[in-house]
This record gives sequence, C-alpha cells and structure tokens, in this order.
Amino acid sequence: MTKILRKDLIKISNLIKEDEKVLDVGCGDGNLISYLSKNKNVDCRGIEITLSGVGSCLEKGLNVIQGDANFDLEDYPDNSFSTVILSQTIQAMIYPERVIENLIRIGNRAIISFPNFGYWKVRGEFLFSGRMPKNKILPYEWFNTPNIHLCSYKDFYDFCNLKKIKIENFFSLNEEGDVINNYFLINLFTYQVIFCVSKQ
Amino acid sequence: MKEKNSFEKALIKEHIKLDCGEYLQECQIAFKTFGKLNKKKNNAILICHALTGDQFCTGKNPVTKKNGWWNILVGPGKVIDTNIFFVVCTNVLGGCMGTTGPSSINPKTKKPYGLEFPVITIGDMVNVQNKLIEKLGIDKLFAVVGGSMGGMQALEWASKYSKRINSVIPIATSYRHSAQNIAFHEIGRQAIMADPNWKKGNYYSKKNLPKRGLAVARMIAHITYLSEFALQRKFGRNLQNSKFFSFGFDTDFQIESYLKHQGISFVERFDANSYLYITKAMDYFDLSIKKGGLKKVFSEKQLKYCFFSFSSDWLFPTSETKTILKALKSINAKSSFMEINTDKGHDAFLLDEPEFHLGLKKFITGQIKEIKL
Repeated sequence: MTKILRKDLIKISNLIKEDEKVLDVGCGDGNLISYLSKNKNVDCRGIEITLSGVGSCLEKGLNVIQGDANFDLEDYPDNSFSTVILSQTIQAMIYPERVIENLIRIGNRAIISFPNFGYWKVRGEFLFSGRMPKNKILPYEWFNTPNIHLCSYKDFYDFCNLKKIKIENFFSLNEEGDVINNYFLINLFTYQVIFCVSKQ
Repeated sequence: MKEKNSFEKALIKEHIKLDCGEYLQECQIAFKTFGKLNKKKNNAILICHALTGDQFCTGKNPVTKKNGWWNILVGPGKVIDTNIFFVVCTNVLGGCMGTTGPSSINPKTKKPYGLEFPVITIGDMVNVQNKLIEKLGIDKLFAVVGGSMGGMQALEWASKYSKRINSVIPIATSYRHSAQNIAFHEIGRQAIMADPNWKKGNYYSKKNLPKRGLAVARMIAHITYLSEFALQRKFGRNLQNSKFFSFGFDTDFQIESYLKHQGISFVERFDANSYLYITKAMDYFDLSIKKGGLKKVFSEKQLKYCFFSFSSDWLFPTSETKTILKALKSINAKSSFMEINTDKGHDAFLLDEPEFHLGLKKFITGQIKEIKL
C-alpha cells in the first residue's frame, strides 16, 4: 500500500497516530487518507477541487467534498480535527495567509508541505538562465503555472514567527524524498519541506 | 387511464397520521421494482421521483409508452445496475399513478377526494414509502436516491429513518423550498385554479378537465428547469414555421412551440389536483425549522451522504447544497459532494451528464466495497 504513496506522503503518514481525526485539504485521488483510514484507523475527510480527484476518492469509499481551500475552510468549526494536512498545495493558494490561519484553527495541528524555492538548483537555474525555474514538482511555465505563491523554507519560517504560529517540528527532504538530517545550509539543500505547526 | 388499476400496489391497512393533523384511513401505494432482492436483503435502493415523475423510473412507461424518466441511469449494466441492486420506486402520496391522491376514491363518500384530500407533506410521502419498505421485508436500504423533490424525500429519509439507510444521495435539491421556488409554484397553482374547468377540484366526473390551467402551470415550471444559456443555445430567436413574423398571436418562435408541446403532453398524463397538492408539499418543506436545525436533523454519524449539484441550476443552486454541507461539516458527518459543470440547468439530473453519472457510479462502487455487498 505504501508503494503507491509519494515519499513525502509516507513521511506525513508516519506523523499521524492511530485513531486520529484528519482533514486532507487538496487530497487529490485520496491515496494518503485511504492509507490512513485502512492502516491506522484514522477518521478521514477530504477536500479536493478537481472532479476527477473527488471521483477517485468516492471510488475508494472516502468522504470527500469538492471545494476550494481558499473559500471552503471557513465552514469547519474550531479544533474539529486533530490534524489538518495541506500537501504541495499552499503555493497554489490565492490567499495562503488566510488558508494557513484556517488550517491551525480547524486542526489541533497542521502539516504543511511545499517545494522549497530556496533550493540551490532553483536559485542556480534562475541565476544562470535568467528564466523562471522548473523542476519535477514545479513543472509549469510562468504563464500557466498554478503556483502563484512560491516561498522558501526561510520565508515560511519567518511567516510563522510573524504570525505567532508555533513550529512543532519540520522535515527537510532531498530530491529523492528522503529526510535530510543535516541542518547545515538547510534552505540551500532542501528540495521539499514539511512543517508541523499549531496555534501558540 | 384504465391501466392504472393494473399497476403493482400495496395496501397499507392502517390509519396514517399526516403532518396536517388529519388521518388517512388506509392508503394504496403504487410501486415498481427492478432486479432481485438478495438473501441478505442489503442490496435495495429506493429511488424517489421528482414533482411530475412516477414509479416507472426505467423500462417502458405504460401510460406514456416512452422510456422511464431515469432510463439513462437505471437498468441492467447501468450506473444503478439492476443486475446488482433491487430497485424500488414508488409513486408519491398525493400522486396520480396509482398511489392514493386527490383523484382516488374517498372511502367515506365513494367519490374522488378532490379538495377533500388532506394536505400532505414530503414527510408524509416518506412515511408511506417507509411502510412499503417494511412490507417488502427490507431492514436497511443500500441507498435512497433522488433528484429535485426526490432529493427532498432522500433528505427526509436521512432525517427520519437514518438507521434504516446506509447512504443517501440527494441530487439537485435543497433542505427547503426558497421564496422564488414557492413563487413559481404559486403561479402554477393560480393558473390551474383560474381554469373554469377546474370547478374547485370537482372535475373528475366532468367531460372537460382543467387542461389549459395545468398546461400553463407546466410551461412556467418548465422554464425553471432549464437555463437561460440552454434556451438560447437550443432555440435562440428561431422561428417555428416561417421566415417571417406572423404579426399575430399564433406560434412564431420555436421556444413558444416547445413550451406549448411540453404543456399539452403533460396534461395527458397528470392530474391537476395532484399538481396542486404535490407543489404545496414541496413549498412546505423546510428541514431547518425542525428543532435544533440542520445539525440536529442530520445527526446520524454512520450515514453516508453524497450530494450532487449542477452549476447552471437556478431552481436548486449549488449554494443550497453548500448550506447543508456546512451543517454536516460542523458535526463531522460522512459527506461527499460534487458540483457538475453544465449549462443544462436543473433538468441536468435527468439528462446525459457523463461527469455526474461517473461520479455517482464511483460513489456506488465505493459503497459496494464498504458494505461488502
């Protein structure tokens, strides 16, 4: 089962304990929450913007609402989930600030993962080619990219301090999706990052 | 209309208390089943019809000689697969296709009820359906499915008999009828009552029926089932028979001809009094005024909800479904939802909408696995 999960999702799934209540915002075709509900008895809900994603979730027996995280998180009451997950989606949000505030309001904690725009190859590509960087998780052209709010590890860190959001822990992943345990020049060597945050 | 006597029916021989406070001494419920009930009796799906629908959701309708109203979705190998499921479809209380309604004989007077028929609600319709499901020996339905007024019944099932259903699939519907919807219904009713042949509902023995009024009611309602865009796309300003205006009041435009056809074909199969009673039942529907509001109404935790709405539906717009979803989110109910992009308006739930059909199929597939059918 874990075979079909992306490596960053495996890492996220390891952060979820048995019997938790989880909301996956932008759950795609539901692989993560399907895994969590089957293997960890997690009570899962999902929001997904694409019809095809919602359809795949329904086929897995999951409870998923078609919706837009920019607008549809307001309806959830405070602390209604133990964990709210937003994986690889924050950079595509119109209102990332509002979305993150909602995530930590709805969940006791939020797990947020995103591609690090401070990664050395991204910087290098921009520096040497002078054009908007592209890679595996940022494959789009500047004119058709859904990723309108890219940020780096440091940007997110600063944002949490500014907003008085508590960073419980974070994981830095390399291009292969493995966790890097060396924090030396972390913003430069991190390809993707997973933050666990909560209200202070 | 003699064939109605031969429709499959169940007689409920008990006093049925109605929401208006009155009783029905007994009640006939006309229904149609498709497929076979399995040994575990866990493969039954109840399909609820809309305002002018009937129990013939698939196969040939013996009155109109046309395919059933949900033939596209229900049948062997289709989305609601009658090779797998035992499908039950009833004619609603107050209807005119064999279930007790204003055109039925009042046991007290031995004459058709007419306006002596008590006013009914969506809740009353569902109570009677529930009695039929009990009679058929089904403890728990796999699903209750319905669009429009059928969706109202599905939601009523979820609120009243939630322990008796595994999942509920409300389509293009709402928890209440809006002011605009009530307004359109009232115009329809006024059109019927203004027809001199209506005679305060006592027209059953007369030669002339209130067909004009009923046809106008249908024409008005039909506009609300479509969308401005779809009307423009289908008809535009196209003329019916000639290249020139008639400069009179005959049918010039194709849209006029279309609506007239809708009206005329409708009166052949529907009873004017039934139209009054059923539209009123829809107007009275509002689950949010029940004690505790929607959160309390849908408090059953095990029940699965799967909602569908259509982007161009202005009769039951997506915002109505979202209001229900908001209540369901707040109680952490097991709800799913899809909004289908279409220009076909409210009627989309009856039409060939591949994304809707695929979504519904996937939900059903997921639930078959869940309950290990």
